[in-house]
Amino acid sequence: MKSPRFPDTIKESSKPSNFCPGCGHSIILKNIGQLMADMKIEKKTVFAIDIGCSLLAWDFFDVDTFQTHHGRTTATALGMKRANPDAIILAYMGDGGGYAIGLQNLIHACYRNENITVILANNTMFSMTGGQMAPTTLPGEVTNTTPDGVFTADKPFYGPEMLAREAHEGAYIARAAVSNPGQAYSYMKNAIQNQIDGKGFSFVEILSYCPINWKTDAEGSAKFLEKMKKTFPLGEIKK
Amino acid sequence: MAQVKVKSVLMTGNQVVVKAALTVGAEMFSGYPITPTTEILSEWAKEAEKDKKLIFLQTEDEPAAGFVMVGGVSMGKKAWTATAGVGNVLMQDPLSMAEAMRMPTVTYVGQRGGPSTGTVVYSQQELNLTRMGGNGEGMRIVYAPSNLQELYDLTIKAFNSAWKYRFPAFILSDGYLAKSYGEVNLWPLKKSDIVPTESAFLNPKKQPNNIRNCFSQEPELYNHLLEDFADFASISEKVAEAEVIGDKNSHILVCAWGVVANSAKTAVDELERQGISVKLFRPITMRPFPVKELQKAAEGVTDILITESANGQFGRIVRETLYGLLEAEIHRLYKPAMGVMPEEIQSKIREVMR
Repeated sequence: MKSPRFPDTIKESSKPSNFCPGCGHSIILKNIGQLMADMKIEKKTVFAIDIGCSLLAWDFFDVDTFQTHHGRTTATALGMKRANPDAIILAYMGDGGGYAIGLQNLIHACYRNENITVILANNTMFSMTGGQMAPTTLPGEVTNTTPDGVFTADKPFYGPEMLAREAHEGAYIARAAVSNPGQAYSYMKNAIQNQIDGKGFSFVEILSYCPINWKTDAEGSAKFLEKMKKTFPLGEIKK
Repeated sequence: MAQVKVKSVLMTGNQVVVKAALTVGAEMFSGYPITPTTEILSEWAKEAEKDKKLIFLQTEDEPAAGFVMVGGVSMGKKAWTATAGVGNVLMQDPLSMAEAMRMPTVTYVGQRGGPSTGTVVYSQQELNLTRMGGNGEGMRIVYAPSNLQELYDLTIKAFNSAWKYRFPAFILSDGYLAKSYGEVNLWPLKKSDIVPTESAFLNPKKQPNNIRNCFSQEPELYNHLLEDFADFASISEKVAEAEVIGDKNSHILVCAWGVVANSAKTAVDELERQGISVKLFRPITMRPFPVKELQKAAEGVTDILITESANGQFGRIVRETLYGLLEAEIHRLYKPAMGVMPEEIQSKIREVMR
């Protein structure tokens, strides 16, 4: 049987990837690579990534890539876009970077309707540092800093819903999950198209696996993601 | 030589900086309001309203201003920012990254009294912060103007040095100079006097560029740093500048920088009129520091007076530079977050001579 071909945007030397087995980043990144190839935008795209696990993608693509930290990816990305409005700027980060330390940059980019696309992987925790509580941690969830599920908030942080409140007409905001890559692909495509059309800020949160910090096997990971989907409803929140 | 048309105008320090930035081809400014450099934002906004090619963004905070600047620089724009005091503290995050990635940036700093929010007029307490920055080794170029004309001249130099050598550059000013009003000669530049920019990305003739500021192996970072140190060492003698005024044979050396050096110049002139010979060493670049110039100026002196609007930040650099080279007595006139008047310097020198 012929195995499915990886898109040309993905750098061969970056295989095998640095991500842990079962990590959701690989699925999202493959989708992004496919999208850049399908939309034929790889020569005009700059991929801006954050610190945390996403930084392992700093040389993942044969596409211009800029790796920074602490959610400042959003500010760096919009600086690029303002400097060169013809470029397509994709910012990629985790829930810790985007919703905790970098929230100020994220919400103001949305509030100013900056014409960039932000893709955010939500796995309910800070993973690179070993699985600490994030704003997205579910009530009662056990993490490195919420032993036995104590210290968690009564409700997690709803990023896309919060952004949608401050978003302008023309902004695109959605939530997808790695368990449904087709939907994630089409939402990300809509988001990038939104930028190409010059309509302003676009944002897709993608619920993602972290078996190593969730301490789950394949079945457990799938179950945890289903639980996340019940908490964080999928769909297009603003378009 | 062709006659250069120089325009002489009355302006404030902050206006001078904006004019100089425009003269040297700055195209993009992002910043966050903070006294005493807020007028940089308002002046640039006015310019950007007139000239649609200029980019202006008032961000939500200083780190955002800095990261927007680096984003702009990476796409080939001559981008810059301005900050002060606690803003300068926050700004070290993007500036450390610029240092790590060898991104040419220009930051205008209007020093404030510190620590923390402090005061807003006199201060030379952001010297360590601006020279050495965050968790790095100070691979930076820092110019220290002492009057309005130098504010113009050194701002132009800061832009050119940043893009020529690809290290973050600074104009280290203060509230006093930022708000001073006086006459400045705005000399124009030829196109060949302006160092051009280049985009790090989307270059059709080049392979995709993957830039990072996080390394997974210690030797990777170490080797990267060794290259930067070598580059910085190689430019240091070309970039370092100082001036020495007064009686070259005097046994009394005054060391001062920035607006305090301006005060010291007045003191030296006045003492000279009274028949007392003194010389002044004044660094123009605080980093790289004019080591040789100071060592030469200090040859044969018996007394050194170090004066600054800080509690010895500059003094430590002077003493380190001269360590083991002389037996002169060191005298201090340290006034953190206070102005230093020429009369105070004069009476201190009289005291030293007694």
